[in-house]
Parts: sequence; C-alpha cells; structure tokens
Amino acid sequence: MDVAEIKQLFPSLKQTVYGRPLVYLDNAATSLRPQSVIDKWNEMATKKNANIHRAVHRLAVEATEEYESTRDAVREFLNAEYREEIIFTSGTTASINLLAFCFGEAFIQPGDEILIAESEHHSDIVPWQMMCQRKGAVIRTIPVDGNGHLDLQRLRENLTKKTKLTCLAEISNVLGLKNPVKDIVKICHSVGCLVFIDGAQGVVHSAPDVRATSCDFYAFSGHKIYAASGTGVLYGRRALLEQMPPYMGGGEMIATVSFEKTTYAPLPGKFEAGTQNINAVPTLKAALELARAFRCPEVEDEQRRIIDFVIGELSADPRITLYGRPVDPAEKVPIFSFTVRGAHHEDLALILDKQGVAVRSGQMCAEPLMDRYGVTGMVRASFAAYNTLDEARTFIGALRKAIEMLS
Amino acid sequence: MNTLKEAKEAVIEDFSMYDEWLDKYEYLIDLGKKLDAYPEEAKTDDKLIKGCQSRVWLDWSLSGSRLYFRADSDAIITKGIISLLIGVYSGRTSAEIVGDDFSFIDEIGLKENLSPTRSNGLASMIATIRGVAAQNV
Repeated sequence: MDVAEIKQLFPSLKQTVYGRPLVYLDNAATSLRPQSVIDKWNEMATKKNANIHRAVHRLAVEATEEYESTRDAVREFLNAEYREEIIFTSGTTASINLLAFCFGEAFIQPGDEILIAESEHHSDIVPWQMMCQRKGAVIRTIPVDGNGHLDLQRLRENLTKKTKLTCLAEISNVLGLKNPVKDIVKICHSVGCLVFIDGAQGVVHSAPDVRATSCDFYAFSGHKIYAASGTGVLYGRRALLEQMPPYMGGGEMIATVSFEKTTYAPLPGKFEAGTQNINAVPTLKAALELARAFRCPEVEDEQRRIIDFVIGELSADPRITLYGRPVDPAEKVPIFSFTVRGAHHEDLALILDKQGVAVRSGQMCAEPLMDRYGVTGMVRASFAAYNTLDEARTFIGALRKAIEMLS
Repeated sequence: MNTLKEAKEAVIEDFSMYDEWLDKYEYLIDLGKKLDAYPEEAKTDDKLIKGCQSRVWLDWSLSGSRLYFRADSDAIITKGIISLLIGVYSGRTSAEIVGDDFSFIDEIGLKENLSPTRSNGLASMIATIRGVAAQNV
C-alpha cells in the first residue's frame, strides 16, 4: 500500500484550511479516522445498535459478536496469550487509572515504591501519585539525559526490594524515541519488579508484542491509532488481573448480587462495569487491520525519509533545539519536539496554522520533562502513515516563514 | 482622546486592510513589538493571567475615574493582542468598560481564531479587564 493510496482512505485529508491543503501533523494528540472506521461506526449505530452480552435478540447477538471479536483482534495485535487479558476502557488515561487503583489495592503496602520515567505523560504520573497518596507509597523517577534517553544506570540504582512497579512509555509523546523496553523489563524482573508500558504512542509506531517484551501491563488508546475516540485497552497478565479487585461496580462485572454479598464476574467482565462504548469499540478492529497493513516497506521508507529530512533541517538551524535526538537512527519515530530561540512555541504554532500546518504547542502534558529541559513549552510535529515527505517539506517551509516573521 | 467607539472602529478599519490571515498576524506581531516596555519587577504571580498557554501579566492603575493598563507576554502574538486591547480600553472609565460588550473582537475575526479553547487566553484577558473595571465602578 503506498502513501498516496493511504491518504485516500482518510476523508479529513480532503479538506483545506485557510484556503490551503491541510497538513495534519498533530497525530501524537489524535489521528484522523479512515473511512472504514467511520463506516463501522455508522454500521454499529444504524444496524447493530443493541446492548451487548445479556439480551437474546438478534441485534444484541450481532453487537456482542462485533464487540467480542474486537477483543480477539486486539489480543492478536498485541500477541497476548489470552483474550481475557484484554480489558476495554475509554483510553490510555482510563486504563492507567484502572490499573493504578486496582494494582494499588492488590499489591501496594505503605512504604512500597513505584518507579516512573521522568519523560512520562501526566496520565502516567498523576494516577500513580493518587494511588501512592492513598496507600502511603512513594514515587521515584528514572531520569532522561540531554538527548532524551532513559538513564538505565539510575534505573538500576533506584530499583529496590520495595519497588513494586516500573511505569514507562514505549515511546515518549514528546521525545519520539523508542525506549529499550525489553531491556528495562529484564532489569526490573530480575529484582522482582513488575512493569507497565504506556503504549499510547508505541502502538502506532512499533509493533507491540506483550509476550516478546514480557511486560506485565500495557495500555493504548484507540483514537491515536485511527479508531473512534473513547476506545482504549488495558492489557494485563491474567494471573495478575485475577488477583486485582474490580475498579467500578455495576452491571456486567458481577456474578451474583445480594445485599449480603456480591460476587464478581471472571475476567474480562470484572473490569468492564456498565454499558461499554458499544458503538465505538468495533471500530478498533477496523483500525488495527489498517495499522497492520501500514506496516509495509512503502510506508516505512517514507517515514524514514521524513525522519532523515526533518532531523536534518531542524539540526541545520542553530536557533532550533530538537529534543529526543537519536543516537541510533532506528530508535527515532516521526515525532519531533523542538524550541526556537527568540520565538515562543505558541506564536510558531499559530503562524504554522495559518499556513495550513496543524502542530501542537505547549507542555504536551509532560510538565516534568519541560522542567528537565528548562523550557515553558515546545512545538511538536508528529507524523502518521498518511503523511508524506512533501508535507514534511511544506512544514519546514512554513516553519522558516514563521521564524522569519517572529524574529 | 478619541472615544471608545472611535478607538474600536479604528482597530476594525486597520484589520480590514488585510485579506490574508498571515498579514493580520504580521500586523499583530508588529503591535506586539511596539508595546510599551513592562517593568520586570511587575511580573509577579498576582498579575499573571490564568488560562493562557503563553504567560501574560496585566497590571492596572486608577487615575481619577479612569483605568490605565499595562501588560506583557512572553509570546509576541499574544502581546500584539494585549496591545490592541490596551489601545482600546486603557484610559477609559470603569463604567465605560463595564458597559462595553467587547464585540469588536468578533468583528475583526479574532475570536474564532483565538478562542479560549486554544488556551491562548484572549477570553481570560478580557475577563481580567472587565473584572478590574467592575471592582472600580
């Protein structure tokens, strides 16, 4: 599948903004939706709208089949061992909140420690802080170096017998570098510490395999990988999920209910209380099918050309600082965060927007990382499979124009 | 001094000269660069406007019945917008400001392009100016 063909699958890309063709480079925030996802959404709403699992009527059976076959598709996509290890949530943030609460209840004692990478998104910091406050546990961090690499020596030093869980992103939403998750899991497991991987960006730019990496938990959002918003996944090893108490109480998560005693449903229902996002979840299956199809030489080559071109252009201008600089080119994905000396990130983003280029500016939900680099914010251009080298050229041209206007 | 109505009309007229969005921004950048210097010692937390992606400090003083504003920002376009607001509202009476609907922002098309959801804080700036005026009526 070549990139021109892929572009045709996304109706949003036929738009113009301010009379210019849309160059959408805010994919790390959310991706655009392909026609197949929109069609599935419509189909669920117009033809298969029924609540799942309980009713015996035709539509309910079809809706349940769509929902549960999506679980199988996710299991396969992540290479999880069992389908009941796949819990549907409303997104990565919801997954981490669920995990933090239930993991805390099951496994955390006062004085225990959680290790979190300094480069994490707020969603992989705050739920852990809330849990630690509740349980009397302590957060320690894994620092990043000037280029954006995690300090594995400090990881080893900060791992103690009290460290119950290490939390890190497969790929930081700011730095765009593939973290060595396999090595980190090995280091953590060697001292009996479990590992949670935030796959919000990783699921898009790598081929996640929870068994190959041996991680204990993994989370991602549908909306960043072309599916409907409000869909997401928490993966957890079955033996661990079974030991964890439910998160929310209510329909679907129960086995029997009486006022004296309620017993809970087995996995995965135990963690899916209430009516789920029944119209949207099946779009995840359509989206993951496409995401898999995008793992082809044509797309990989174009992404590589984009990475080489953008790094080259940003590095050539002494006013620009790029964060997340690869040592090995293969570790970089096309997420580029940078600052420009003498130009505010918000000004740059506003002027890029007026030239049809959509980027993100600000703290990118990673305030500790902004503090680490001593900046109030950055500009981020993040590319997806439908973005082309031509668009990267348009972006660089528009950035030059913006810098010229602002200096 | 011109009237509030005249000051607003002058801004609307200035903006109407530009068809292209980039040119409007060029004009805002220019306004931002020309804004009167704001003293470093007045960049205190109590003068910081909440809800902006860029930092904005707004200070005010009362002279007779008239309110005078001065402001700064670390972002130049935001500074241009503040300059525009100060140019229109500084030196007006509190009653005039409270009685104004700030609709000229709509007329120059800034509101749709600089909405509070973009967290650049135009709405916060207006709310602060209005709040100060309301305290002093």
